[in-house]
Amino acid sequence: MKWLVALALMFLPVSLSAQAVPKLVPDVSQRQINIQSGFTGAELLLFGAIIYPRGVAPEGQIDVAVVLRGPARPITLREKQKIAGIWINADSSDFRSVPVYYAIASSRPLRDIVDSKTAAIYELGLDKLQLSPSGEVDAKEQRRFSNGLVDLKQRNGLFRQEAGSVEITDQVLYRARLEIPSSVPVGTYVAETLLIRNGRVIVADDKVEVRVRKTGFEQLVSILAQDYSLFYGTMAVLVSLLLGWFAGYIFQRF
Amino acid sequence: MDIYLPIANLSVNALVIILLGGGVGMLSGMFGVGGGFLTTPLLIFYGIPPTVAAASASTQVTGASVSGVFAHMKRGGVDFQMGAVLVVGGMFGTAAGAAIFEVLEAVGQIDTVINILYVVMLGSIGGLMAKESLGSVLAVRSGKPRPAAKRRHHPLVASLPMRWRFYRSGLYISPLAPLILGFVTGIMTMLLGVGGGFIMVPAMLYLLGMGAQVVVGTSLFQILFVTMASTMMHSLTTKAVDIVLAVFLLIGSVTGAQIGARLAQRMRPDYLRLFLATIVLLVALRMALGLGWRPDEIYTVQAL
Repeated sequence: MKWLVALALMFLPVSLSAQAVPKLVPDVSQRQINIQSGFTGAELLLFGAIIYPRGVAPEGQIDVAVVLRGPARPITLREKQKIAGIWINADSSDFRSVPVYYAIASSRPLRDIVDSKTAAIYELGLDKLQLSPSGEVDAKEQRRFSNGLVDLKQRNGLFRQEAGSVEITDQVLYRARLEIPSSVPVGTYVAETLLIRNGRVIVADDKVEVRVRKTGFEQLVSILAQDYSLFYGTMAVLVSLLLGWFAGYIFQRF
Repeated sequence: MDIYLPIANLSVNALVIILLGGGVGMLSGMFGVGGGFLTTPLLIFYGIPPTVAAASASTQVTGASVSGVFAHMKRGGVDFQMGAVLVVGGMFGTAAGAAIFEVLEAVGQIDTVINILYVVMLGSIGGLMAKESLGSVLAVRSGKPRPAAKRRHHPLVASLPMRWRFYRSGLYISPLAPLILGFVTGIMTMLLGVGGGFIMVPAMLYLLGMGAQVVVGTSLFQILFVTMASTMMHSLTTKAVDIVLAVFLLIGSVTGAQIGARLAQRMRPDYLRLFLATIVLLVALRMALGLGWRPDEIYTVQAL
């Protein structure tokens, strides 16, 4: 019960002074990312304006963080260890909600603009993601697995954290570019913008959605493979038979 | 030229895939093997997920063996009766392979098992081949003709009940022997994405004692049908067949195979076999080292 009260108290000042709070008008360069044959990744521009009450920017520095987050999935993370001279999967841990993609950009390094508690509440930063580990009780072990997961996803380009890549113009306009690799999973992504001042999040907006989907031939292939697998398999066999036969036929004439 | 693979979910350089297919195709044209044992590891090395690599490689082997089967059929080099028995065994093998695949994937050991199987199989077969071909190369060099190998099937094969006559192979043996052989290669096809030619051919020669003139054709015949079955099986179970990947591999490999076949005519068969044995042993060695080296990724993610 105690934490509920604490939580209520924390949000109280925000709701009381709702009229004095600036408003965010965020947008993205593309509402839809289409994956097709030449897709090698994309670059998404997240930008927007900060509208202050009575049009006056407050004293002091403001900071902006933008987050692009893909849908969360449950996963098993396996860890290899050297046993009897060979590396095999020896240990594993389950996570109930791992975003398929998570990128955060901020105007300054995150630890300089928000305190650790705020960062944890808003899941700001790769080390603050709530991955909901399950099964593993030992906290140290859990930490090791979480770090391994974040490191792996980071090197695959699916988890990103970039400090200083949000540009703020005249304390009103902001913009940030986020890289999306070609291996990005499909789904509905949410773009979140947070206005930060004095270590606190003043206002946050997460209403902008970006759809990542396969289109055209790529969409057809994955739908067929997933839902019409008998037909897909037959097609695959026929295509390779025809190609092989055709090539043999052509080369015989030379 | 970048191309997005819709099942592997990543983009690759199409030229690299075509060249990879071409290189493997050249070897397969020279030696009459499907080349799956090289394609799958090379694809994995390039960053394609192992399951997609194995599934798509088996699709590619289908295409790579078609024209070979036709060519051998024309000159009577296929024992259809023997082939049919092998194919039936192979079908059951792919089904069993699919079940094994599922179990191993669930416990997270599929990659290790695939690697160990590669090392054991390539190592032993490459070793045998190297020994045999080195022997005959040395014999030719020293000028002494080697005594012709006696064509006999293994005593174990002879002890199996219920014998059939396989006229084209010149055999009177129990169909259980090729059935089991087909079954084992079927499992390999499903797990490793190999056609199994490099197991089949020596097994047919040295275990079954088949006539050399029908060995390659019959092996190709079996590979054709079993890789078709394993493509179907992968499509239905792992859903990992990437048709785009398979097509690009095929474009390379069918071209390479023709070049390889022409090159092979100019080379001495003994040296050719020694060359193949060297490649097989190198792949085995690389994979064996890979088991002991610290892998690039300690952690792997599996969707629940």
